[in-house]
Amino acid sequence: MKYSVFSLIHQAIRGQKDWTPVWRDPEPKEEYDIVLIGGGGHGLATAYYLAKEHGLKNIAVLEKGYIGGGSVGRNTTIVRSNYQEPGNIPFYELSLKLWEGLEQDLNYNVMMSQRGVLNLYHSDSQRDEYARRGNAMAMHGVDGELLNRDQVREMVPFLDFENGRFPIQGGLLQRRGGTARHDAVAWGFARGADSRGVDILQNTEAKQIRVENGKAVGVETNRGFIKAKKIGIVAAGNTTRVAETAGLRLPIESYVLQAFVSEANKPLVPCVVTFGAGHFYISQSDKGGLVFGASLDYYTSYAARGNLPAVEDTIEEAIAIMPGISRIRLLRHWGGIMDMSMDGSPIIDKTDIDGLYLNCGWCYGGFKATPGSGFCFAHLIAKDEMHPAAKALRLKRFETGHVIDEAGTGAQPNLH
Amino acid sequence: MRIPCPFCGERDLQEYSFLGEAGLKRPDPKADDAQQQFHDYVHIRKNKAGLTNELWQHIHGCRSWIVVRRDTLTHEIFSSEFASDTLKEPAK
Repeated sequence: MKYSVFSLIHQAIRGQKDWTPVWRDPEPKEEYDIVLIGGGGHGLATAYYLAKEHGLKNIAVLEKGYIGGGSVGRNTTIVRSNYQEPGNIPFYELSLKLWEGLEQDLNYNVMMSQRGVLNLYHSDSQRDEYARRGNAMAMHGVDGELLNRDQVREMVPFLDFENGRFPIQGGLLQRRGGTARHDAVAWGFARGADSRGVDILQNTEAKQIRVENGKAVGVETNRGFIKAKKIGIVAAGNTTRVAETAGLRLPIESYVLQAFVSEANKPLVPCVVTFGAGHFYISQSDKGGLVFGASLDYYTSYAARGNLPAVEDTIEEAIAIMPGISRIRLLRHWGGIMDMSMDGSPIIDKTDIDGLYLNCGWCYGGFKATPGSGFCFAHLIAKDEMHPAAKALRLKRFETGHVIDEAGTGAQPNLH
Repeated sequence: MRIPCPFCGERDLQEYSFLGEAGLKRPDPKADDAQQQFHDYVHIRKNKAGLTNELWQHIHGCRSWIVVRRDTLTHEIFSSEFASDTLKEPAK
């Protein structure tokens, strides 16, 4: 069913009785050309672009839980492309361009709102660093503006500009950045993939990737063995667990990251604001809740829940830039599992096993990359070659020394 | 999460800093495949779901390095020992 203003009016008159399920719930077939392990945003986007851009039909997406239940439904919904490293900028910019046309492309309202992403700076040296990043972006055709304190004050007057320890001196603004509705992104890609013939298999857990003579031949699942010509691992926080069944050892550690949403308030925060002296990011959802997060819990974890020290740290950072929200009550907080790579940048590559492809290492930044990751991974699986925008995101870069370390912290994943 | 320190007793998570997987052995730089071995040593991790041995430091306490046995699926902690005691032997 195509969604339009006419379908809305029609359903309103009919009392909303004619809506059909957004995707099917098919039985698994014995064999597929391509099986994707992981039905999160990236897996669904990959399936969608495989079907749409490459005309492939016989595709399955395996999801051990339900669509929208993993990290795609657990993030802080920020979309941006304000990166600095040459390997990252073209990829994230491709992703942002896809975001800009995503709703028309999917015929689904993902509530993409380009309200701007403002990174605050608090010292002269940080201003210089942001100017350098802005210049790197400009050289790749990405928009960015360095704002002084007065310009920031005009946009977000309620910040604590005179903070004794971290006075706000200005910020780097990317106007094309913003937020999107995370659930809708999962649902929109699922609907788009399903309508092009992709089988979305929920409650189907990949137990074992079967490898014969150096070639991946299929996946054991809790619903039986599924043969496949090509297999893509898109399992985010659980990448290591899936990959080790095929004998792969990866430069990944899984950590828990917590996120928070407050009760609904009147419009307060007009854009995404990040705190440069710590690691804190906040925006306001269309419903009015303040959505924010900070750093990881600093220990490896597969439990999708965190501990209180990270909560306290997050709230302290919030109050350090916005003292005015200290009395606002939290509605919920939750944890998601991050596949932290050893340089803080993602991996989209083939593996040494024939027919086995890998998409992982998204760290904190998976949501904004959803369409770009799907687009480039689909290109890799369909054509067996790296997409030009993602050609630096190799698995072997740790061996060859071509790491892409935005934060400059080295091979210590919890510091990225 | 509260972690038992062998010297100070059970203390809050906030007093500790986390390094990572315990028992990684620094490779011999003279080995023929030293480059590959160092790549594995620096970058490749087991990243186990379940029981792990990890290196923590009681940085806001006695500053001891300790090996904590913990379940990454539940955050349950089973034991801790001074790293100087356990890591002399090859990791099990």
